[in-house]
Amino acid sequence: MMRRVIVVIALATIAFGFFPLATQIGELSGLTGIATHYVEQGAAELGAANLVTSVVVSYRGLDTLGEVLVLFTATTGVTTLLTAKKSKSVTQNEEEKSVRREGSELLATGAAFLFPLLVLFGIYIFMNGHLTPGGGFQGGVVLASAFLLLLFSDCRMQLNHVLLKRAEAFSGAAYVAVGLLGLWLAGGFLDPRFLPAGEFGQLFSAGAIPLIYILVGIKVGSELTGIIDSMRGCSR
Amino acid sequence: MNLAMVTLFGLIMLIGGVAALHMKDTVSAILAAGSVSLVASLIYLLLGAPDVAMTEAAIGSALTTVVFLFSWTRIQRHPESTNDRKSEYREDDQP
Repeated sequence: MMRRVIVVIALATIAFGFFPLATQIGELSGLTGIATHYVEQGAAELGAANLVTSVVVSYRGLDTLGEVLVLFTATTGVTTLLTAKKSKSVTQNEEEKSVRREGSELLATGAAFLFPLLVLFGIYIFMNGHLTPGGGFQGGVVLASAFLLLLFSDCRMQLNHVLLKRAEAFSGAAYVAVGLLGLWLAGGFLDPRFLPAGEFGQLFSAGAIPLIYILVGIKVGSELTGIIDSMRGCSR
Repeated sequence: MNLAMVTLFGLIMLIGGVAALHMKDTVSAILAAGSVSLVASLIYLLLGAPDVAMTEAAIGSALTTVVFLFSWTRIQRHPESTNDRKSEYREDDQP
């Protein structure tokens, strides 16, 4: 009884706290505050055709670095926990019990056919992040899904962990290095304008934004591939 | 037209969410939860946010579902981690 009263009081407090938010919210008919500046000046300042990318990578670049850091921490946690468990006797137990079904012919052929296309598509997404919708995170996930398909079709396949870790470590360090270069040569940390802006709408344009998105794409792709690989539970 | 589509997709999302809660089979529940994200990405696309739609479709519906399925298989494979199979564990432990 007492517990229920406390729950009701807590819910009422939360409702009271959020009530002003619910009443004051209304449909906006125009841009407000700094969004106006981004929309009006964004293309001229940074030279990226996709405005979302110039906000994500440059104006709010520190947030993106934070997101990359969150993903890195999550990957480290998952890999550490799952690998620590595997080193006990569980691995042997798992090995004896598992009667594995091989991937069917259809899946194997389909995966072999789709893998290069998916890798190419992922690279396309993050290389064109400053021109078309998409970017490092989306492209990285597409890359990881290509490897996922490959792991589905052949469960015994071993990925090169050293290469994965090196790619991930290099791209993470290079991302911060590019940010510091911006601080040194241009306006501030993660300012992409230390490289020439190029012609608007071309592949090599918008300063260092494509470079940053390529690094983010490689990092996200290798991290998510690592997570999938440590979770699939078929490694020996 | 747009409003009608968004309402329809919203209803599908609601149905998917409720189905994920009430399904007996865990794998079906995981797939239902993944379908909620897939329909959400369609709504983002309709509302003119293709960047968010791509992220939602790739991470929310594809990768999260796969991670859930993998962990579900792993839980199934380790009998000692579930309480109702303790007898099996003891048999394994004796020799």
